[in-house]
Amino acid sequence: MNGFTQIIHFLGGIVLLLRDILLELRTKPFYFNILLRQIYEIGWKSLPIVFVTSACAGMVLTLQFGLTLEKFGGKIYSPKMLSLSIFREFSPVFTGLILAGRVGAGITAEIGAMKVTQQIDALLALGTSPIKRIVIPRYLGGLIAIPLLCLFSCFICILFGTVVGYFELNIDMLYFVHKVFETSKLHDFFSGYIKTYFFATFIILTACYFGLKVSKGTYEVGNATTNSVVFSSVLIVLGDYLLTKFYWMMV
Amino acid sequence: MESIIEIKKLYVSFKEKKILKGVTFSLYEGECLGLIGGSGEGKSTILRSIVGLENPTSGQIFFEGKSIAHLDGDDYTEVRKKVSYVFQGGALFDSMIVYDNLAFPLREHTDWSEKKIKENVSNELKAFELEGSESTYPMELSGGMQKRVAIARAIITKPKVILYDEPTTGLDPYKKRNMQNTIMKLQKRGTSSIIVTHDIPTALRVCDRIALLMGGKIQAVDTPQNFKKSHNIFLSNFIKGIKKGENHESTY
Repeated sequence: MNGFTQIIHFLGGIVLLLRDILLELRTKPFYFNILLRQIYEIGWKSLPIVFVTSACAGMVLTLQFGLTLEKFGGKIYSPKMLSLSIFREFSPVFTGLILAGRVGAGITAEIGAMKVTQQIDALLALGTSPIKRIVIPRYLGGLIAIPLLCLFSCFICILFGTVVGYFELNIDMLYFVHKVFETSKLHDFFSGYIKTYFFATFIILTACYFGLKVSKGTYEVGNATTNSVVFSSVLIVLGDYLLTKFYWMMV
Repeated sequence: MESIIEIKKLYVSFKEKKILKGVTFSLYEGECLGLIGGSGEGKSTILRSIVGLENPTSGQIFFEGKSIAHLDGDDYTEVRKKVSYVFQGGALFDSMIVYDNLAFPLREHTDWSEKKIKENVSNELKAFELEGSESTYPMELSGGMQKRVAIARAIITKPKVILYDEPTTGLDPYKKRNMQNTIMKLQKRGTSSIIVTHDIPTALRVCDRIALLMGGKIQAVDTPQNFKKSHNIFLSNFIKGIKKGENHESTY
């Protein structure tokens, strides 16, 4: 299968998977316990990596903005620049890309291994829908956990940016925080926050699609995992551009 | 006797490759039918088609007189509640302990209390000599124990038909005999079954009839007694391990 055909298959597969999810959501049973488990797996277990990357990003961005603007006597504008870049772009996209690696790869590998060991067939043979039991809890778990992780990322970026602003740029902490919230309006925040729901969809559906497509054996699980991370990352960066353009056209 | 499963002119292809080329046979109520044949002949494909894991290219599968070959979704779920499939590798859920594997079909398809489920699971664990392993994960069990857990999971809902895919492969002679006894015991309960196997002694001991699948078609169906005496060329060649067009000496 060449690259173009693979992309068409992928996009078609994602649309069909979303259709199946919507159809199966209308009927019982609903696996609430598995949903809670997935919120824990996707959300709680991703906190450390989101914390570290967001803290580093907040520190680096503040330092870069401060040192660059200092040359023009404008380092006091660094909180304004930090807040806009964090809320609108940096936290949603960066968190999305990190989670495409951590969560997406994990889901693809898990479902792929279940396919290879016939556990998905066993679910079907026992009269249970894999979409209901495997895909829907992960998708809803992602839709709940990923936007919350984005909020957490925003908070950590600003917190560590404030600390670096104080120690490296001599900007008063209260002044820094005041400027962050004075600059950012609600629509700045929402322009980034809304994207996280789309990114969650890209990550989880891509991961489930590639996992369920595994058929030839364990070696294919590795390929599927790589494809899952690559395709969801590309969807995130492409989707980010389109969603940004669309949002600002509407506002 | 009335047939519980009837397969008529079943064709299944994977891409260009034709696997089944018009398979026709019946499984009668309370009967145990052995399905023997070479590797890759499509024995497991027949079982997978019955539970809807493969889509037949053409042909009909009837379960209790109702055509099921082209059902989908919830309609197939009703069939799958009555027809259990024991996978060759067990296909146990490796994220669940043995207890949860056995309780799974009951939690999915009954509204029983956890107490009643526990009672039933304990009974099956006892029947299959698996006591003490309820808290272990499938990967911590031996191959033979995994097979027994898989059968226990398949029968816990008291299905009308059990489809066994190579139930005795990889078992030592003692465990093999135990497995044969288990299958015979289940048959006495009135459960119908199809056993896909390469293990001729098991087929001869356990089955009421044996069907030979070769070249994508059923070449012979008969009782074990008649099978032993049979002059059918396909059958005698299969038992001797000779392929079509090959003489005995060239096999080695």
